[in-house]
Amino acid sequence: MNRNIMRILARSGFSLLVVLILVFCLFPFYYAIITSFKSSSELFQASYWVNQLHFDNYQHILGQETFIHSLFNSVLVSTLVVGLSLLLGLTASYALGRFEFRGRSTVLMVILAVSMFPQVAVLSGLFEVIRMLGLYNNPFGLVISYMLFTLPFTVWILTTFMQQLPKELEEAAIVDGATPWMTLVRVMMPLLWPALVTTGMLAFIAAWNEFLFALTFTLTDDQRTVPVAIALISGASQYELPWGIIMAASVLVTLPLVIMVLFFQRRIVSGLTAGAVKG
Amino acid sequence: MASVTLKKINKHFGSAHILRNIDLDIEDGEFVVFVGPSGCGKSTLLRVIAGLEEVNNGDLLIGGQDVIDLAPKERGIGMVFQSYALYPHMTVRDNIAFGLQLSRESSQTIEERVASTARILQLEPLLERKPRELSGGQRQRVAMGRAIAREPRVMLFDEPLSNLDASLRVQMRMEIAKLHRRLKSTIIYVTHDQVEAMTLASKIVVLNAGRIEQVGTPYELYEHPATTFVAGFIGSPNMNLLSSSVDAVNGDLLSLALQSGTSIDISPVPVQGVIKGDSVTLGIRPEHMQLTTPAAGQIDGEIVNVEYLGNERFVYLMYHADAEPLVIRHSGQQLPMVGERAGVLFEADACHLFNQQGISYPRVLHDHPESALAESI
Repeated sequence: MNRNIMRILARSGFSLLVVLILVFCLFPFYYAIITSFKSSSELFQASYWVNQLHFDNYQHILGQETFIHSLFNSVLVSTLVVGLSLLLGLTASYALGRFEFRGRSTVLMVILAVSMFPQVAVLSGLFEVIRMLGLYNNPFGLVISYMLFTLPFTVWILTTFMQQLPKELEEAAIVDGATPWMTLVRVMMPLLWPALVTTGMLAFIAAWNEFLFALTFTLTDDQRTVPVAIALISGASQYELPWGIIMAASVLVTLPLVIMVLFFQRRIVSGLTAGAVKG
Repeated sequence: MASVTLKKINKHFGSAHILRNIDLDIEDGEFVVFVGPSGCGKSTLLRVIAGLEEVNNGDLLIGGQDVIDLAPKERGIGMVFQSYALYPHMTVRDNIAFGLQLSRESSQTIEERVASTARILQLEPLLERKPRELSGGQRQRVAMGRAIAREPRVMLFDEPLSNLDASLRVQMRMEIAKLHRRLKSTIIYVTHDQVEAMTLASKIVVLNAGRIEQVGTPYELYEHPATTFVAGFIGSPNMNLLSSSVDAVNGDLLSLALQSGTSIDISPVPVQGVIKGDSVTLGIRPEHMQLTTPAAGQIDGEIVNVEYLGNERFVYLMYHADAEPLVIRHSGQQLPMVGERAGVLFEADACHLFNQQGISYPRVLHDHPESALAESI
């Protein structure tokens, strides 16, 4: 009897904890979403429920040409970052994961060390590089600077996965007469799909949400990416911050990520466990 | 189809000397098995021939052509790996066709070769399946198919059956033998299993610590092991090796003193060159010894263990406290019991004698009906 009560108490305590964690994690997102559906007058009543759906904020933000332009810039930059990171990461991890050479672990450590610096530390130096390359106020400048933080983890994750592929598989390809490039593209890459999808998505999200570099390396509205564009949304006067519109823009910007994650979800799960089963 | 010649092959891994002065001639169409304990260098030697491993010095000829500087694909070899190493994302058809596609054969040739390979290995119903949908034996056949599809001059097998269960192993062993008879290609096969070596090989190469111990037909290795290592490695259970010294030699008469002090008479002596006072190792196979009463035996001792295998028994006889017990293969009527005393009898002809370095004394040539038989096959 006593034991039953204890069990019920323990179970409800656990449920309560789960609910608390969920609320803590999800509330900011929930609040952003309901705010985006409120009219500007409703904004200042602290309610946790939407009484009436207003689409004014969405209409407003989608009517702004510069926002659409930023959206396009973000898609361009993020896609290029993902493509380039995966190409370079895959080829680098082939070398780092499959071949023994002098300085291999040093290279890996240096790559990791690069990603340890805070962004602010490299900001001014990177600014000089980008200006020298003539890529200031240009999305391609952002592509290069984003790879500074997407490449290290791409290379590391792919190297780990690459090392898990059986060595005999590569040797079989060599005996079959495959060049290293052929081995990589036709034998390794299909087996690394889950890892590629996982790292690609992480790189996409990182590039999509990046703010500091995007703010520093662009100047004009038509070159900006979405995070900066949202931050620079201003109201009718300098004393008014249009929260509704900002939230609507944020929701719009997050949607592609959510859709993408749902689409690739199965791949990610199998990607995180790949290598657990013998290939 | 080609001969393979190895000349003074040496390989080091750091300070470890993996292959020492390997000299070997393999004729066209031969089925050669490299056998030896783990770490003896047999797999490394195979990978050297495949071109997956570089040598420090030495020459390698395939079909008379120097291939030491050529890439694996230019050597005209096909290889079957221990773990099969099938491409998991490709169908059986693509696995077999991959090498052909890479060498840019016409699609018609590829189709023909895949079809004939599938026919030889009975893979036709499996062509559209992925490796994960196949059983172990089927995967093994696909791996062989991938190796033969490009019609290599030499086929290399690296412990291909060690991942299979016992009954499947016997079955695949017969299939490999059948494949060799059908294709008549040169095959080099690595195994640590002496049964595979004995049953498949036309020539066995016994390796030990990076050196070739002996090269010969299965018959030669069993009947005339060149060293104590080969004597102990070939045959199951292992040959009994007894340390002893030469008591007396007189023409055909030889008498040995065992560790226990027992003097045994081995006449007529089957070897040449034994001198009185030499320390020698006497080797007798378990199947060449007979149990008898303690008084009638050349050696006697106490039975310490009996292993019952159904058709026969392995009897372990302790003849001296400091020596390994003798193993006797016994299939007679009487039942030896642990604790009993017993004696063993053996023919002088069944004795092998090795000198202190473990090298066999040259044999006296007697008329041997079996060897004549073996050569006529």
